[in-house]
Amino acid sequence: MSRRILAALAGQPNCGKSTVFNMLTGARQHVANFPGVTVEKKSGHFKLGGRTCELVDLPGAYSISSYSPEERVTRDFLLFDHPRVVVNVIDASNLRRHLCLTVELLELESNVVVHCNMMDVATRRGQVLDADILSQRLGVPVSTGIGRTGQGREQLAAVMTTAMDQPAKEEAFRVDYGPLEPHIKAVEDVLAEGGDLGAPRRWLAVRLLENDEGARQFVAEVFFDPVRLSRLVAEHQEAFRESAGETVAAFAALARRRLARSLAQAATVKSAGPEKTRTDAIDDLVCHKYLGPLVLIGVLFILYQVSIVWGYKLTNYTWPLLAGLKTFVAGFLPPAGMLEDPMLRSLGLWFMDSVNSLLNYIPIFFLLFFCVAFLEDTGYMPRMAFILDRLFRSYGLHGQSTLPMVLAGVYLGGCCVPGVMACKAIPDDKSRLATILIIPLMNCLAKVPLYILLVGAFFPGDASAAMFFISTVTLFMALPIARLLSSTLLSSLDSAPFIMEMPPYHLPTLRNLFTRAIEKVALFVQKIITVVAAVAIIIFVLLQFPGISREHKAAYQARLDASRSQLDAAVAGSRFQAVLAGDGLLGFLRYEEAYKAARAGVEDAAAAKAIDTRFREENPDYFAILKPRADAVAKAALAGVKAFAQSRDSISIEMRRERLETSFLGILGRALEPVTQFAGFNWRVNAGLLSAFAAKESAVATMGAIYKLEAGGTDNQSLEASMRQGEADFTPLHALALMLFMALYPPCMATSMMIKVQTGQAKWMVLAILYPMVLGIIVASAVFTGGRLLGLDGNTAMWSFYGLAVAATIVAGLIPHRTPVTLPVTAVAGEEAAQNA
Amino acid sequence: MDEDATKDRTHLGAIAPGERCTVARVGCDGCLGQRLGDLGLVPGEEVMVVRNAPLRDPIEIKVSGFLVSLRRCEASLVEVVAR
Repeated sequence: MSRRILAALAGQPNCGKSTVFNMLTGARQHVANFPGVTVEKKSGHFKLGGRTCELVDLPGAYSISSYSPEERVTRDFLLFDHPRVVVNVIDASNLRRHLCLTVELLELESNVVVHCNMMDVATRRGQVLDADILSQRLGVPVSTGIGRTGQGREQLAAVMTTAMDQPAKEEAFRVDYGPLEPHIKAVEDVLAEGGDLGAPRRWLAVRLLENDEGARQFVAEVFFDPVRLSRLVAEHQEAFRESAGETVAAFAALARRRLARSLAQAATVKSAGPEKTRTDAIDDLVCHKYLGPLVLIGVLFILYQVSIVWGYKLTNYTWPLLAGLKTFVAGFLPPAGMLEDPMLRSLGLWFMDSVNSLLNYIPIFFLLFFCVAFLEDTGYMPRMAFILDRLFRSYGLHGQSTLPMVLAGVYLGGCCVPGVMACKAIPDDKSRLATILIIPLMNCLAKVPLYILLVGAFFPGDASAAMFFISTVTLFMALPIARLLSSTLLSSLDSAPFIMEMPPYHLPTLRNLFTRAIEKVALFVQKIITVVAAVAIIIFVLLQFPGISREHKAAYQARLDASRSQLDAAVAGSRFQAVLAGDGLLGFLRYEEAYKAARAGVEDAAAAKAIDTRFREENPDYFAILKPRADAVAKAALAGVKAFAQSRDSISIEMRRERLETSFLGILGRALEPVTQFAGFNWRVNAGLLSAFAAKESAVATMGAIYKLEAGGTDNQSLEASMRQGEADFTPLHALALMLFMALYPPCMATSMMIKVQTGQAKWMVLAILYPMVLGIIVASAVFTGGRLLGLDGNTAMWSFYGLAVAATIVAGLIPHRTPVTLPVTAVAGEEAAQNA
Repeated sequence: MDEDATKDRTHLGAIAPGERCTVARVGCDGCLGQRLGDLGLVPGEEVMVVRNAPLRDPIEIKVSGFLVSLRRCEASLVEVVAR
């Protein structure tokens, strides 16, 4: 352990720190152009001069103050973890800004090595810089390189190795604070009385005078007389303000920035020409008043097309693999029974279905994450925020809320899981939470089947208009809700200023995009699948238990036995009697199923023949019944078996229906009827909606199962038809209320977990689950009961609601809200204007 | 800076796209002041307003060769001298 060396990587956002991290460690990590996207601390290992070096990638920070979590993390790590060497990555094409952080790192008396990254960009812009002069002026080694191509790795490693073994410098780097120096000295002298405080004294003195919260807290803990110290600091602050006419904070920050500027000037041999950069040219189009929004729509359309539409097509190829997995697992489970499957088998199959329904999304996710990584790396994201910020700000959201909403399905079809994940990029706490909370209201792919079912069954004449209604009304519900949330529940949260670098455009490397997409898919699988699997089992229990009573079971069995005797009578005396005796019948039914499965989709005559041959060889007797041709005895046997199978199916359906009705879920559905009756939901709908919590697709499956049973329907009857038949008194108004409830349905398990992961607090997850439920039942009840009282039909109610939602959106957007920045600037400016006059 | 005529003194939000100005003073401290300074809005620095967003807000500026976008309400806190 003693030979392991700790090193840190520090730099401002967009300095290409992550690529340097990858270059050094070979590990892969999130790389993006959006400021502040690397929030967590990442580390990697690599060999350096025969020793193992642990490199910690600190979050991108513009400076080392206490204003943002990134800055605090950086400061604390440098002060308290004592890295042996700190690699400060700077953007060679923007020395002036990036050297500000360098100056602060040097003030912290860290053992700094400066690495000028993105030399290619500087060269392309016609900039020439002298690393030796920079090194001389800073008093630390300087290396150069291009992170993207890995150029300069050797040089950096060599510089790091030398720096590691260097003893601490006698003469620390000093910023000349001019008129502030006597005050710094006075505070330093008092600090000296406290001995070694564990932080550089001069740095601490400057920061205390600047009123830095972190420094104040620090001395309150380690200094023996913090009261005297803070009084002294206050006196000096006041004295300086009297004489200099500005606060220490403003003065000191300016002094550092001026130093950085002069350092940059000294090191720049040739500066960039005034000509337009490539980025300027692209921005002329992408941020253009009229073309910008068009480009944005185009980009979002392509994103949607590639990930959702193509991704969905891709699942056609991956689904058979998952189905194969299920079949494979089923092979290890106990075989199916005559009336009921053994519990282990139904549980196993249910489990596989639940997991598969999520794994099925992986191709979509992969493409989605790939496209998002592309947009992040190129630098387009801040432009998107730039174009839309004004619009979204009216609703307490952020320009950066666009992408999460598109991913989650702003029109029709998306997925909330990547939507919530993409919220990470929103730099403002309040808007981020508001966005996360409205994401579940978008129309994810899983809501679509229910919409299609209801529209098909109850709005057959105006199907496309009804689809348009439900696809767009969600946005008009989400925006006012976002506005409401941000001015009520979220009003106490911090709102960050919208000041964002628009980084130069980069062409991302394919490898980077692939690894990023894979990383995110892996995160999804790790964090989500396990939880969903656990919940699947819970829902299974709710659906299966307490189960059918023993007496009822015996009655079903008796009916089955009766039809079995009929079959036995039909084949009595024939050569098939022995074949179908005892377990032979179940064997035949399974054989028939296997045959149907094998023949399904096979159109090629030769292939069909081969399957026939295989089955004939496997069991000639069964095959004779299955394909009786001209054999009258076999025909009779087949007819007998068919009659038996039919009655078995109807008994089994009745059993399932009874099990569902008496299950916990059914009981719950009934228990909720007094509340949901105002929304027009009966217990069947309730049970379906309850089961949708695991995955929304289940709603249609559960209702489908219920209605098929209710209608006593046959397999070839469409679900729409059986639903209409099953709910004879169901009107389009019922369907409308149900659709709106589904639109406002709480997030599925996977999304809920992701909300917890992204917000770090379970309370937001609980809120995200509860408020849509309450709101959903209110909206559905208002539409159903209100519509009924007013005597509206489905269509009128639908468009009246639409009008109300649009009106609410307009009103919510027009209500002015407090600007997050309240500053005494006018007073100060007025004062100065008075002076000037 | 003091000898600049007061009538030229305005704030960044009032500068039309395509025009240049020099930062005179950042009229706020704390987090916002820090962030504005971090992104190069430092007294004496030359700033060019590149464009307005399609909905007029936020604005995009170029400072020391780099592009920064900020909302009008924040830009109005930066006192500048128009050229």
